[in-house]
Amino acid sequence: MPTTDELKQRIESALPGAQVQVQDLTGGGDHFRAEVVSDRFTGLSPIEQHKLVYGVFGDEVGAAIHALSIKTSTP
Amino acid sequence: MEDTDIREFLDQAIKENEVMLFMKGTPEQPACGFSLRTSGALNALGVRYAALDVLPDPRIRQELSGLSGWPTIPQLFIGGELVGGCDIVMEMYEKGELAERLGADMPEDEDIEPAPAPGEMPVSNGPIPLENKLNR
Repeated sequence: MPTTDELKQRIESALPGAQVQVQDLTGGGDHFRAEVVSDRFTGLSPIEQHKLVYGVFGDEVGAAIHALSIKTSTP
Repeated sequence: MEDTDIREFLDQAIKENEVMLFMKGTPEQPACGFSLRTSGALNALGVRYAALDVLPDPRIRQELSGLSGWPTIPQLFIGGELVGGCDIVMEMYEKGELAERLGADMPEDEDIEPAPAPGEMPVSNGPIPLENKLNR
C-alpha cells in the first residue's frame, strides 16, 4: 500500500524542483490528495498539468491508488 | 460486445454530445463522491448534458481511459474535448469558468447535489438520459 511519503518522493523525483504536499484523505492508504507547485506547469492547460502528475503513477491510479485528487499551480 | 465496439460507442458519444459526462452511477444516483460533485456542478448550472455510467462493464472504463489518456472517473468532455476530472471541473465551476465555457449563468449559493429524478426536471434543463447501450 503506498504511503504519502512515497507518493511525495515519486512526484518530486519526476518533477525536479517541485514543491509537493500529499495527504491521505481517508487514512486508508488509497484516497490521496496531492498539491504540486512546479514551474514545469507554466504554459500548460489544467488537463496537461494533471496528466503530468497522473503520469508519475501510470496504471496504479485507479488500482492500488484508488483515487488521486490533484491541485497544481506554478510558483 | 467487442472491446473495439465499446471504444467506437464511446468515441461516438463524445462526438455527438456537446457536454458528455462519464461517471460512476447516474446524475440521479451518483455512486461516488467525485461523480456526485461533478454532475452536481452541471446540475447547478442547469445545462443539458449526457451522462454515461461506467460501472456496468469494467471495459467501459478501460477503453475510455485508453481514448482520453485520463486514468480516473469522472471525465467531462465539452465539444469533443476532455475538460477534466472532478478537481479541474470543480475549480472551473468555482471560478465561474465552467459557466462561461457552457454559456450558463452562475447560480447564487447553489448547493451541489444530485439531479432530481426524471420527471421532476424541466425538459430543457438537466441531464439527457443516454441509454446505456453497452449494458445489453
